[in-house]
Order: sequence, then C-alpha cells, then structure tokens
Amino acid sequence: MTYNAGNYDVIVVGAGHAGVEAAYASARMGAKTLMLTLNLDMIAFMPCNPSIGGPAKGIVVREIDALGGIMGKIIDKSYIQMRMLNTGKGPAVQALRAQADKPVYMQEVKNLVENEKNLTVRQGMVNSLIVEDGICKGVITETKAAYYAKSVIVTTGTFMRGKVLMGDLEYESGPNNQRVSIKLSENLEELGFKLTRFKTGTPPRVNSHTIDYSKTEIQPGDENPKSFSYETTEVIEDQIPCWLTYTNEFTHQVINENLTLSAMYSGMKRGTGPRYCPSIEDKIVRFNDKPRHQIFLEPEGRNTEEVYVQGLSTSLPESVQHEMVKSVPGLENAEIMRAGYAIEYDAVVPTQLWPTLETKRLPGLFTAGQINGTSGYEEAAGQGLMAGMNAAAKVTGKEPIILDRSQAYIGVMIDDLVTKGTNEPYRLLTSRAEYRLLLRHDNADLRLTDIGYDYGLISEERYTAFTAKKEQVEAEKKRLNRIVVKPAEEVQNVMKAAGAVPMKEAVKAYDLLKRPELTYEHIEQMIEKGENISEDVKEQVAIQIKYEGYIKKAREQVARMLKMEDKKIPADIDYTAINGIATEAIEKLKKVRPLSVGQASRISGVNPADISILLVYIEQGNIARIAN
Amino acid sequence: MDTDTIAAISTPIGEGAIAIVRLSGPEAISLASDVFEGKNLKEVDSHTIHYGKVVDPVTGELAEEVMVSVMRAPKTFTREDIVEINCHGGLVSVNRVLEIMLAKGARLAEPGEFTKRAFLNGRIDLSQAEAVMDLIRAKTDKAMNVALKQMDGRLSKLIQTLRQELLETVAHVEVNIDYPEYDDVEEMTHTLMEEKTKEVGLELEKLLEVAAQGKILREGLATAIIGRPNVGKSSLMNTLVQENKAIVTEIPGTTRDIIEEYVNVRGVPLRLVDTAGIRETEDIVERIGVDRSRQVLKESDLILFVLNYNEALSDEDKKLFEAVQGLEYIVIINKTDLEQKLDLEEVKAFAEGKSVVTTSLIEEQGVDELEQAIANTFFSGEVDAGDLTYVSNVRHIQLLKQAKQALVDAREAIELGMPMDIVQIDVTRSWEFMGEIIGDTASDSLIDQLFSQFCLGK
Repeated sequence: MTYNAGNYDVIVVGAGHAGVEAAYASARMGAKTLMLTLNLDMIAFMPCNPSIGGPAKGIVVREIDALGGIMGKIIDKSYIQMRMLNTGKGPAVQALRAQADKPVYMQEVKNLVENEKNLTVRQGMVNSLIVEDGICKGVITETKAAYYAKSVIVTTGTFMRGKVLMGDLEYESGPNNQRVSIKLSENLEELGFKLTRFKTGTPPRVNSHTIDYSKTEIQPGDENPKSFSYETTEVIEDQIPCWLTYTNEFTHQVINENLTLSAMYSGMKRGTGPRYCPSIEDKIVRFNDKPRHQIFLEPEGRNTEEVYVQGLSTSLPESVQHEMVKSVPGLENAEIMRAGYAIEYDAVVPTQLWPTLETKRLPGLFTAGQINGTSGYEEAAGQGLMAGMNAAAKVTGKEPIILDRSQAYIGVMIDDLVTKGTNEPYRLLTSRAEYRLLLRHDNADLRLTDIGYDYGLISEERYTAFTAKKEQVEAEKKRLNRIVVKPAEEVQNVMKAAGAVPMKEAVKAYDLLKRPELTYEHIEQMIEKGENISEDVKEQVAIQIKYEGYIKKAREQVARMLKMEDKKIPADIDYTAINGIATEAIEKLKKVRPLSVGQASRISGVNPADISILLVYIEQGNIARIAN
Repeated sequence: MDTDTIAAISTPIGEGAIAIVRLSGPEAISLASDVFEGKNLKEVDSHTIHYGKVVDPVTGELAEEVMVSVMRAPKTFTREDIVEINCHGGLVSVNRVLEIMLAKGARLAEPGEFTKRAFLNGRIDLSQAEAVMDLIRAKTDKAMNVALKQMDGRLSKLIQTLRQELLETVAHVEVNIDYPEYDDVEEMTHTLMEEKTKEVGLELEKLLEVAAQGKILREGLATAIIGRPNVGKSSLMNTLVQENKAIVTEIPGTTRDIIEEYVNVRGVPLRLVDTAGIRETEDIVERIGVDRSRQVLKESDLILFVLNYNEALSDEDKKLFEAVQGLEYIVIINKTDLEQKLDLEEVKAFAEGKSVVTTSLIEEQGVDELEQAIANTFFSGEVDAGDLTYVSNVRHIQLLKQAKQALVDAREAIELGMPMDIVQIDVTRSWEFMGEIIGDTASDSLIDQLFSQFCLGK
C-alpha cells in the first residue's frame, strides 16, 4: 500500500545536470517543485570528464545562463582552469571551456538547490509513474511514497537498467557504482514507451603523485579567464594546468593483443556507442594507421589527486588497463585509482517527445537529458532547463517555450532529437547548426535574456543591465555610422600599424571597422572615444559590424525558415486522409507528428512535394482529425 | 505568404508559336524591368502588354524579342505581381529568357507552385484544394521522371566527385572548429581553401561552358543530314519530323535564314540543322567539299548520311565518307523500293563499323530501324558532344551557377581575410546546391564524413 507523501506542481526525478536545471527553473517560476534523487550526495555529479563547455557546448552553457539557468554560474565558481577556444577563428565558433573542480561543483549546486524556497529536495528511488485517465499525475517510490503533481520530469540519465562493463565483468549499476534504476524502465515500457539501448564509457583515473609530468606538455589556462555567466563579476586567477601526452605503438600493441577481452569487442551484441566519444579500442581498430593518439591529463579538482586520463576511455579488463596506462609516456609508474568502464543504459526514443519535451503518449510526463539519447552535461542541462520551464509553464498557465533553430543551440538539439531521432548518443557540434553565425557565444544574452525574463528566471537587476547593454550597442553602432574618418596622418599611422592599406578618402568609422585588419581598438585611436563603453559592448559592436553581410544573409534564411515554422499543424491531424502525400512520408509524419510545416520539412523521407500538398491541405481548413 | 519570386516556362514545351516565361512574386516586375529594353515596366499600367527586348545582363547582348505583360497584385492568378514574357515558340528563346530571369534572382518554380500560390493566397476556391494537391503530385512525379531521364550517370558521378571534395574540405574545417586541440590535422589554411574552391570552381565552370555552348540535351544534338542530291534527304527530314512531331520552327534573328527542326527520336532530342540547304537540290558535294563544310560537320553531334540504293557508290559518296571520318554518323541507304545498284558490302567497308540502315522512305520502310539506330547510338554513349551533353535542364544549370557563385563568394571571403568558419559557409552552400542537382541534401553526411575521416573524441 502506498502512502500519500505530498502534492506538488512539478516533480523532477533525478538530480543530475538535467534534473537540477529543471527543478531550479520550475521552482523559480513559482511552481511548487519536488526533486527526487537516488543519492543526495551525488547531486550534479560528473561521472565522466571534469570539463564543461567547448565548441557548441560552451555556447549552450551561455544560453542556459541567458535563460536564467544555473550551469554557467556554478562552473564560474568552481573551475580550476578556463580557456577560450578557437580564438584564431571567427566569432561564431569561439567558445569557453572550463576544467571543473568536480566536488566543488557538486557542493555548489547542492547548496543552491537546497536553498531555493519553492524546491523540496529528497532522496528516493522512483519505481513507477502514477497514471490516471491517460495523464501522468505523479510518482511512486520504492518506499511506497506516492507523490502527486501536475507535471513530472524524468531525468534519470544513464541509470535506467544501467549495466557497467569491464572485460568480462558486468553488473547492473548506475555510473560510478551507484544504484541502478530497473523498475522505472520497466514501467515506461509497460506504458508503451519505446526504449533503445545506448552505451558510453569513461577512462581510468590515476593518482597525480605517480605521474611524471616532465614527459608531458603543459596545457595552461588563459591568462585572462572569461566567465560563462553574465552575472559573474569575479574570475578565479589561481588555475591548474592540464597535461598532454600520447599513446604509442606499445599502447596499441597491448590493446590489439587484448582486444577480444574488451567488453565491447567480445562479440556480445551491445548498445550503440557514440562515434564522437570512442573508446581507445575503437580508435585503434578504426584508425589503425595512426601511430599515436592524444591523451590529456585533467585534474578532477583542487582537493583530490585523481587525474582523469582523457583519451583512454575503455572497457578492457582492469589488468589490461594497468598495462595500457603504463605504456604511455609520463604514466610509466602511474597508479590507477579507478578503472575505466563502459556503461549501457536505456534511453527513450526521442521522437516520442513534443518539442516541449513533454511525451506525446503521456501528457504531464516530460523527459530530459541523457534519457533522451544525448550525451554530455551541457546537452543534459539545456534540455533540463527547457523541460523545467515547460513543465512549470503548463502548471502556471504560461505559454510553452520552444526555441527554434535560429535562436539557440538548445533549439537545434531539441529539434534534431524530436524530429529526426538519433541512432547513437547525440552530441552537439557546431556543424549541426545551420545558422551558427547567429548562435554565438557573445550574443547568447541578446538572443535569450528576454525569454528568461518573461519566464521569471532573470532578476530585475540583471534585466536592467541587459537592456542598458542592448541600448549601448545600438547607440554605439549609430555613432560610428555618423563619424567620418578623414585620411589624416595619425589615422594613416594607425592603419599602417594595423597592416592595413592606407585610406584614400574619408570613410565612415562604421565602414572602416569592416576592414579585416582593423579592430574596434584601432578605430578608437582614430576617433573620439565613446562614453562609458564596456568591453562587452565594444566586442558586440565590432562583431555585428564586421560580419554584417553574413549575418544579414543568415537572417534572410531564417526569415524563410520561420515562415514555415509559423504554419502550424493540428496535433490530431489524420495524415492518412490526405490524398497525394507519399506513403513513406505519411508513415514518418504519423510518427513524428510535427507541430509545424517547417518541422515536417525536416523529417527525412518527407519531400518538398509532400510539404506543398500538406500546406494546401491545411490551408483549405477542412482537416481530418484522428478520433480519440 | 512566400516572399520570393518564382519563374517558370508556363506553356507546354515545344508546342505553339509562342512560349511564355511567367514570373510571380514581389520582385517579378523589377526583375523583368531590369533586363527589359523598352518601356519602364515599373511604371506601366497593370494588365498591359509591351513590346521590347530582353537583354542579357552579363554580356549586354540582346537576347530575345518579346512581348511582356505586367499584372499587378492582387488581381492576378496568384494574387501576387505577375509578369509574363511572351517569347518566340520553341525551346531556345524561352529557355534563354528563363535563365536570365533566374540569374537575376528569381527562383525556379516548383512543380505546380503557381497554382499552389494562387490557392494559398485565396485566389482559388477552397473546394479545389484536392485538385491543387493532385496537380502538385502529378507534376512532381512527371518532373521527377524527366529529371531522372535527363540525369546522366556521368553527370551525377562528376557532381558526386566534386561534392566529395568539398565535403572533405568542409569536414576539415569542422574538425578544426569542433576539436581545436585535435593535432592530427593541420589547421585549414586560406591558401589550401583557395586551391580547393578554385579547383572545384573550374570544374563547375567547364560544365557550365558546355551548357552555354548549347551542346546540351534540352537543345538537342546538332544533327546534319548529308548526301548527294535526290538521295532522299528531304524525305528523311519530313519523315523524322512527321513521325516525331516537329517542336520548333524558325528561329528568328541572326539565324533567320537557317531553319532548325527539333525532333525527339525515342527520347533523343535532335536539332536538325541547316535544313534549308538540304531542302534545296544543290550539289552537296560542292557545298561541303571545302574546309568550311568540314567545319559544319564537325559542329554536328550526329550525322545522318543518306545513300541511294538505286545507284552505285560514287566518288562524291566516297568523298563524303572521307569527310565524316572520325565523326559520329549513321549511314542510311534509301530507296530500297527501287532496284539495287549499290554494293552493300562496299558501303559497310567504308562505314567503319557504324550503323547502316536500309529504308524506303516513300514506302515508310525501315523508319523504325533508323530510329532505333539513332537511339542506340546515343544511349550507348557513342555520341559524345563534348562529353557533357547531359547538363540537361534549366534547373540543373541554375544550380550549377549557384554552386559556382557560392565558391566565388568563398574566394572573395578568403581575399578579405575572413575567418575560415565564415569562408566555409559559402563552401557548404556550394555543396548543398550540387546536392540538389543529384537529389542528395541530407545534412547528416557532414557529420558522417567528420567521424569517418578523423579519429575524434575524448
């Protein structure tokens, strides 16, 4: 017999990177929220690499911050190293990456969620969902506590029927030997959800004292570290470097000789692993002509000696892992503290979700994070935030929030997942975004702060600062467009120093800034300085002017795309009643149930002619509906 | 609803004395006006028609004599601004005008798109939705069939090769971006990118040049009918035309005195050239006995060489055999209704293994065999009009042009010193345009390429 353990607006199952974002956003939006976790000590745990950000992912963290999420703020308080990547490239692909102090990161998150007034944090294993009249109404834990809510968000990561694999050793487990969640997985299947089996892996960790760093190359952080969060005012100066070393022929020999002992190569049929995060076995099998592979040694924190051996992700037996590690320069005497392993888990096929991350099958149930077939802390956090906002919006009567592909990487990711699905753990890459020039690190605030503010996740203070910045950018652009720079001697000197062709005639400062050699700082030397212009504003002005032509082109493409997004498709449309759409397209449309003609057009197997016919059909107004 | 301007030939291809290029959309009038020599179309009254000339904006050359109707929204078929450019009948004139409009920035209409717009803009009754949908389906299926037929394996292979080259280049840039610390590949440099885009750009240019020379399917294979007087050249011409319905007559302008007949023989479009001369009973040997005649023959993709069954092989015939040596030809021995005086073995010896067909055009004998021979010659790949006769329709040409332009844009960005990820935007666009030609637009291929080309990951 269950007991009634309380009524909430929103329940979040899981407290990983998706769960904490979901719960925090929901609570901040005014929904009475409960977050259940298997282990209170493991909130926001990083089971894999100790880093946050990187290309595309780093921009997601900025987006999360612009929307009022927590990942950016917390990593800014807990990093041991910060680097801006791709600084030699264009603004669209620059991104921050931090090495996290894992324990500190967890503490900071735990502290934040514990102190959020609308949020109850509790330890408990959810076994099943409460379903009444086809609607998800709550959850039941193994202790027979029945919690009721209007929305439930499941963010169980890799815990569902998780199985750890190392050589011939295999056992049911969550990551890092945590308790596994079996019943909830079974319950979802009973409820008719289609699950798939994915896998991922992690490398061994070694003791820092046993590494000979002299044989490796230092990888220091930036001298002037930048921050993820728009609210962060102080940076951490005291940084810890990472170290680079390489595998060699001996490493490869060890692996080749023991390949059949690897859990993933033992011939057993296994879940699908990600191509972008291959095990060292995969790398050696697939690229056997490569004489060496990079290995990054990444400290896991300030108060721990554990070092993450990035690049050696493996499911080889522990004994082989020792040999393999010792073959790497600098690691000859390294002591493994934890061995690497592969983990297999259940994921929900994400085409079963609406773009709000609510499941189609069970209204009131949302899923977010690795359970949806993604991998990566940032991807999980981005989904968690969106699911949290939508779950709370549903309760508080707000409009659902769906970010489109031109607004955010988060939008790209969710659209990819729910429209195309994924046959391997999904990771964000900059090449997945067709409007990447618009989805920059520098303009995440301009893209998303208004939304965060509308949903009550951005404070008044921050919003005021944001509005001021926006105005300053516009004002400064106007000012530069008013000022005419004449080819005076001192101006030509600046040009010369910048390596630019001297000016022939007077030019607007605005147009001068478009010259590739010239930066905002150069222009500043030629004209009267603007008043109180922050570095942020300067950067924004320079990027917007320099890439104006390309940005304009991208915006035109977006305008066309958005037109199709505005053509809504009723959720209960009966595709089989439409004459002329190809059979394959009908099957796909029935499965994905796109919300707009734009989304429909991105489904593979749906052709332009099918889209034209669909458009005409919707326009004529007499739409056949599926009987409920 | 749509913001772009579409264009298409809106009369049935090849039939009728006039052919119409129709434009619809907000830019219709200004685009037409830009290339029109005559009244200022932007200022003329709605629903009026104007005589003038279409000028090729690139070369500045006069392209076509036309009549242009201007119809302003909303009282038009699509409820958008519509311009209809009335050209001389046949393929050449409208195709040229259409190409010019596309080059100006109009988009080639999808099958049934005018009707679709008419419907979406409320011009067509809702009850007709079903009919509109049927039309789109039917037109698309037909267009696809045509496209498939026109898409020669060689073209698609060539495009695939070029695309793969671009894809590898783009993947290289992507790996630099997404894996900045991955040291297995060097940073893509502007120099290398410049080389790559140039290389592929040149290939595209070649394809387009061939297309521009008119050696393309849509205009037909240049086909000459030769033979001594009275062997039955006119009969052959008439037979081919009657059997296959001539689709063009009289190209006015600079070629006023040359009549070309367009016929479609079992899917092979032929442009029968210089037929005016053939119809006259002048001495063909005299006419082509000199260098100039060799030139005429060389410009032909296919030669139909007619002999008389009723006469022995003459010196003139032998001279003609010399003239066509090394060219693509079919020997037609006509007048089998008369007594045989021609030594067939001798003809075959001269014919060097080319097809020899016997006919009696008067009695309509052997026409099937002749048509089959023409089709065989073409489809077995023997006819080699610059090897690239198959860049076949306006859509392909348009996409090739866009693909090429995107690479030009990329090179401009390189010159401006734009960062590689910006340069790459245009390279990717070029790759996408080429993908549209061969019907492959899957965006996942880049990610597949990325992970098959490089060993990435933590």
